[in-house]
Parts: sequence; C-alpha cells; structure tokens
Amino acid sequence: MAVRTLLFLAALLVLALIAPLLIANRFLIDVLTLILFSAFLGQSWNILGGYAGQFSFGSVVFFGTGAYTSSILLMTFGIDAWIGAIAALFAGAAVGAFVGFLSFRYGLRGSYFALITLAFAEVFKVLANSVEFTGGGIGIFIEHEPGLARLQFDDPAGYYYIALALTVVSLAIAWWLERSRFGAYLKAIRENEDAAEALGVNAFRCKMYAIMISGAMGGVGGTFYAQKFLYIDPPIAYGVATSVEMLLVSIVGGMGTVFGPLVGSFVLHGVNEVTRHYIQTPGLSLIVYGLILIAIIGYLPNGLIGLFKGRARPKDAEDA
Amino acid sequence: MLDVRGLSKSFGGLAAVSNVDLSVDAGRIVSLIGPNGAGKTTLFAMVAGFLTPDAGSVRFQDRDLAGLKPHRICGRGMVRTFQITQPFAGLTTLENVMVGAYHRTADRREAATRARAVLDRVGMAAQAEQPADGLTVAGRKRLELARALATEPQLLLLDEVMAGLNPTEIDEIVGLIKQIRAGGITIFLIEHVMQAVMNLSDYTYVLNDGVLIAEGAPAEIAADPRVVEAYLGHGAAERMRTPEDGHA
Ligand SMILES: Nc1ncnc2c1ncn2[C@@H]1O[C@H](COP(=O)(O)OP(=O)(O)O)[C@@H](O)[C@H]1O
Ligand SMILES: [Mg+2]
Repeated sequence: MAVRTLLFLAALLVLALIAPLLIANRFLIDVLTLILFSAFLGQSWNILGGYAGQFSFGSVVFFGTGAYTSSILLMTFGIDAWIGAIAALFAGAAVGAFVGFLSFRYGLRGSYFALITLAFAEVFKVLANSVEFTGGGIGIFIEHEPGLARLQFDDPAGYYYIALALTVVSLAIAWWLERSRFGAYLKAIRENEDAAEALGVNAFRCKMYAIMISGAMGGVGGTFYAQKFLYIDPPIAYGVATSVEMLLVSIVGGMGTVFGPLVGSFVLHGVNEVTRHYIQTPGLSLIVYGLILIAIIGYLPNGLIGLFKGRARPKDAEDA
Repeated sequence: MLDVRGLSKSFGGLAAVSNVDLSVDAGRIVSLIGPNGAGKTTLFAMVAGFLTPDAGSVRFQDRDLAGLKPHRICGRGMVRTFQITQPFAGLTTLENVMVGAYHRTADRREAATRARAVLDRVGMAAQAEQPADGLTVAGRKRLELARALATEPQLLLLDEVMAGLNPTEIDEIVGLIKQIRAGGITIFLIEHVMQAVMNLSDYTYVLNDGVLIAEGAPAEIAADPRVVEAYLGHGAAERMRTPEDGHA
C-alpha cells in the first residue's frame, strides 16, 4: 500500500479516536456509533456476499442469534456480556455452519441461496416467537447496569468506542482477505466456481469458512445491539430490514472491497438523516432516499468505491 | 498414467459417451478428436470429476478417481481447461493465474512470482495487470492454459485450446504445447480441427457419437476411412477414394 494511503488511514483512525472529545453533541455521537455499527454488520455481509459472491438475504439470522445468546446468558444465568459476546460469536458461527452446510452441500447458488437464507431468518423468527426461553413475543428486557464487563455505558462514547473497535477489526479481516490465499480463493469462487474447483480450490470448504466468519461477526454484532438498546424481540432480532441494510451498505459502498461497507454506511445513513431533517412532507424523504439508491446501484455497479478505483491503471496505458 | 475403462454417460436418452476405453502414457501428447457433439468434452468432464459417469472407471497414476471432486483430482496432479473459456472475469490476468499458483504455495509473493513466470512462458506478461474480461479469444485460451499450468500438474487436459484462433496463433500455441511436454508434463488434448493435431500428437483417439471408432498414430488415423466418414459424412470415404467416379 502506498505510504500516502497509509498516512491517510492513520489520520482517519486518530480522528475517529478523538472524535468523542471534539463532539459535545450526544446525538451526533450516537449517529456515528450507528454508522460504524452498520459498517461492521455490512462487512459481515460483504465477506460472504461481496468476496465469496454468496448473496445472503437473511444475514440477520446471525445477528439475531448472537443477540439472543448473550441476552439469555445475561438475564437468565447472570453471565456478563463480554463472555456473552464470545458465546454469541460461536453461536453466530454455528448458525453460519448450519445454514452453509445445508445450502452449499446441496449446491444452492445465486437466488436459491438468497431465498434459503431469507427462509432461515424467518424460521428463526417464528421459533423465537414460540419458545419459552427467548421470552417469546414479549422479548427480553436487558437491565442497564453500566460497566465494561456488561458492555454498557452511561456515556455514549463507550458504545462509540466499541463500535469503532468492531469496525476496525472487520476492516482488518477484509484487508487480510485482500492479501491472502483464502481471500483469492473466495474471489475465484465468486467469479467462477467451476473454474476455481478445476484449479484445486475446495469451494465447499471455502464457502463454509466464509459463512462462519460472517456468522461470527454478525453474532458479536447482536450482543452489541442488545447491550446498547436493552431490548430485543423476534422482529428486532430477525427482521428482514437488518438483512437488507447489511447488503445495501455493501452494495452502495462497493461489494468485495475493504472500505465499501464503511463508505456505504456513511453515505446511506448520512442521506437518511439529511432527508429526514430537511424534507418535512411525510414519505417524501423515503422517495428521495430510494432515488439516490437507484442512481447509485444503476450508475455505479462497483459502488461508490468504484469512483476512486476507476482511474486508469498505468499498466493498461502502456499496453494500449 | 491415465487409464479409462468402459466410461459411459447419457443425457436423457442421448448416449453422449458409450463404453470408452483409452489410456494416456506418461510423457506423451495424446489427442482426442471427433466431430462436434461427439462427446469429447463430456468425456473430459468425467475424467476431471465434473460429471459422474453412469458406468466405467477412471484411474490416474494407478489410483481410482471415482467420486473425487475436481479440486481433489487437481491435487492428484491432473487439471483441465475449459472449451468455453471460464475466466475469473472481474480479476486481472495475473490474479487469475495466481489462483492456480496458490495450489502449490500459500504465500502471496511466491504465488505472484510463480504466476508471472507462467505468464512469461505463455507470452502474456504484458497483459498481467489487465482485467481478464478484456482479453481477446486467443488471450482467453492462453489464460486457460496458464492457470492450469500454474497448478504444476503432471497431466494437462486441454479442451480445444486452438478453436477460434488464426493460423499464426495456432502455430504459437502448438509450439507452446510442445514446450510444455518437453518440460515433463503429459498432455491429453481435444481438438476438433484435425490438421492442428497431426504434427503434435503421438497417439490419437477418434470419438464419434460417443463411441471410439479409431485409434493409432495420427498418420494412420488420417487414412482411416471410418474417420474420414465421421468427419465428412456418410459415403465420403468412398467418394474420396474414387473422386472421378461421379455416381458413387
Ligand atoms: N449437460 C448436458 N445436458 C444434456 N446434453 C448434453 C450435456 N452436455 C453435453 N450434452 C450433449 O452430449 C453430446 C456430446 O457433447 P460434447 O461432449 O460437448 O461434445 P463435443 O465436445 O465432442 O463437441 C452433445 O449431443 C451434447 O448436446
Ligand atoms: Mg467440446
């Protein structure tokens, strides 16, 4: 990576670290926290959908399972949320393995995979609604007892820093994908699974790893959400809106890129906040939001990141 | 090295490959020819683990390949290319070949070095950073070859790597294939065009309607009336033998 890019990223990180000291407005910190959190969930989708090319339409299933795992551990068994987060990580990975095994073993690709993941999320929602230990339709109220072990804070900056850490870790994972054999294999599978297999790539195993990593991240995200908002129920934990948000931030920012989900999250949430504030006519802000989405998806197939990558490569110029 | 016995495959009622026996000895260039639709690609697909045969066996280096997935077969040292080229379209030429090179090393730098060496060998060094979907037909064929080579196979299955190329390009790729064999890699290749195969292969099999109709040295094959007939239609051999005979 160019030194200049490295410096730019370092400066960005420093800025992100001191942001809560500069910003007095609690609301703004909350917005930034949600943007980072959404970028983190987007990256979870991006690893499976953007890098490995397996379009999930139900990635919320990992998030919801993580949220329930740590919340039940906390409220029923009194186990601290930081341990709950680790349990949620494994629970998310396990659900990933489960969904992945059933889908990939039977060769489900493309829209079939999208539909099966959507179906899994819906099934989990129904299950969470109907069993006792999830609190059923009433959901779970989480006690607010601030402290690092509980991952709860009075100061919104606490949540902000956790979201920032999650985002940085997710960027590091994507960065590793860009540099590793595993990442190269995921891209090969995305581009052409048969050709990848012919060249010795164990496509099934790679996709399993991808969905488990994605699931683990989603699971941890669920714990974060539950500890911040202190309440979960089946529609929150397994709602399709979260699945859509996860894929949208990636698509808008740029699928299969390190910074796509982060850029997408900033832009989508930014647009959302602005339209909500400045357009008072009910419903109109949604229309504006939708139009911007259509424009980005229609005209920037590689997302916003594609704008920067579009520069002619020097090598190409030589060849021409 | 490769031993195929009684291999068969039907699609619906159509017998694409029927009871084929053939073998490829180490160090040779063996070709499989036959008209379009003869079942050549289907045979390759079964050998490389992409299709499950209805009957028959495939042995490679004295081990049965039954039930192995393509990536396992690649691991054993046999790799195929695709007649309909299957580039990783969104990746660069170098990245395409690196996927093959990663078969032998997990290290990114090492994979890149090896991939560049392969690109040099096939004459694609200049296109290394170019997106694969921008390559010409000839470029895509070469890329198929380069990716497969990068896995460092012992046996290379080439499916019509010369189709759609002009005579100069064909000459280049024929030279390249000879070079690859000189480097110790055994080659089993499919060609639709007979001439290209003639000065290249040590041994030739001819497939027609899924059935092996002839085998032997290329020169013998070219003279075989059954082969001529398969290519030019019923009665062609007769007509060729007596071209002056109008009523044949
Ligand atoms: N997946 C498939 N499904 C149905 N028919 C197929 C399939 N693949 C090949 N065939 C048929 O099998 C026959 C042999 O095809 P193929 O092996 O591609 O021939 P070749 O490579 O010799 O031109 C053709 O008639 C073709 O239409
Ligand atoms: Mg063919």
